[in-house]
Amino acid sequence: MDLTLFLIIAIVLIALFAWSTYNSLATGKVRIKEALSGIDVQLKRRIDLVPNLIGTVKGYAKHEKGLLENVTKARSSLMNANTTHEKAVSDNMLSGALKSLIAIGEAYPDLKASQNFLNLQQELSDIEAKIAYARQFYNTNVSGYNSILVNFPSSIIGSIFGFKAEEFFEAEEAEKKNVKVEF
Amino acid sequence: MNIYSQISANKRKTWVVMVLFIAFITTILFVYGKASGYGYAYAGIGLIISGIMVFSSYYYSDRMVLGMSKAKQIQKKDHPELYRTVENLCIGAGIPLPKIYIIDDSAPNAFATGRDPKHSVICVTTGILDKLNKIELEGVIAHELSHIRNYDIRLMGIVTILVGLVALLADFFTRSLWYGNRHREENNNAQGIFLVIGVILAVLSPIIATLIQLAISRKREFLADASGSLLTRYPEGLASALEKISKDKEPLEVANNATAHLYISNPFKGKIQGSWLAKLFNTHPPIEERIKILRSM
Repeated sequence: MDLTLFLIIAIVLIALFAWSTYNSLATGKVRIKEALSGIDVQLKRRIDLVPNLIGTVKGYAKHEKGLLENVTKARSSLMNANTTHEKAVSDNMLSGALKSLIAIGEAYPDLKASQNFLNLQQELSDIEAKIAYARQFYNTNVSGYNSILVNFPSSIIGSIFGFKAEEFFEAEEAEKKNVKVEF
Repeated sequence: MNIYSQISANKRKTWVVMVLFIAFITTILFVYGKASGYGYAYAGIGLIISGIMVFSSYYYSDRMVLGMSKAKQIQKKDHPELYRTVENLCIGAGIPLPKIYIIDDSAPNAFATGRDPKHSVICVTTGILDKLNKIELEGVIAHELSHIRNYDIRLMGIVTILVGLVALLADFFTRSLWYGNRHREENNNAQGIFLVIGVILAVLSPIIATLIQLAISRKREFLADASGSLLTRYPEGLASALEKISKDKEPLEVANNATAHLYISNPFKGKIQGSWLAKLFNTHPPIEERIKILRSM
């Protein structure tokens, strides 16, 4: 009689644990998706800003074809990126290319003084901050979700229901384009 | 201790204090019940009255506090740098943008209020905007947003209900003795002992409850420091801001006892140090300790 009761209580507790862990994992996945679309929102804002920036720079520094092309190429690669990894790589490329483009403002005093350029600079730097925070939030959510999958015994529940670890928003060092800034 | 263990430690300590608080109230109810013979009727009435009072103040907390503090709401165009800082930190924290207010006072301070992230408010003084640099301001705002994200305002609302309940129970009990309405229970001796304990509790319990409330408040301040640092990934920002704020001796004019606990640093300046006993009555942990912990992360 006692043994049966003990077994029943044990099974109920295990079932409750499985239920709560499953829900944590499912909610975790939804949050990761939300965080990823949060990054996409910020990336899109930067993509939309680029034509304006290129136009302004062209008006004052027509000869910087190389830099302008880098930016355009990086922008297209970001627009075509699909997986998280591709987005991370393209994002780094575009960041770097834009930094060089802004830096040439030093060589062209007219460009540097133009109000349009100044506004764009401020917008860009704000969007870079927003992208950084959006990435951080995404990575925090991935970290929380992956931790549940790695911890014992919730890892068992995770594998039973087929939950897989998600990837962080990052790119390897070698793939980040080294952009030289020349004066 | 690193940031993550700070956060778990503070959450654990909050739970421990809450459980002790509830055990404390249960003991009081038991003693009063035995002493007066009325049992749990007190508790029911007390909980309802206390609940209504605190719930309405908590529900309208943002409006009330702002009204008392003469704060003005700002939009992006009024103060783009402050707006952007709050906006970006909210992206990092994953909460919607709260309403942003400014108080025109040269004393540097800030607070956050609101019952949940969707109905929240963050407020800073012009003093803090003038005196802190960008990184320090980020540290302060991250701390305030962490209060919102950790539902600290809701927690303190519940704790205040419990403190109010304890005070009301003590009041009811003492009145019932005064007017001599006591059911005579069979076991008169036991009732007598409970009576004595009950009186002692009636006197001491409101103070004990307040001390527990202040202990919880201090733990949540540490938690907000740690959560905020996790958000900015730069604890030194907040540490340096706290240093600047503590050096400033000017008291915040619009703060009063009801709102003092919400601010990032105790708005009533002057030496709060001194005895161990005095420290128990502080809503905020001592600034030196907060800075020390931040710099060790």
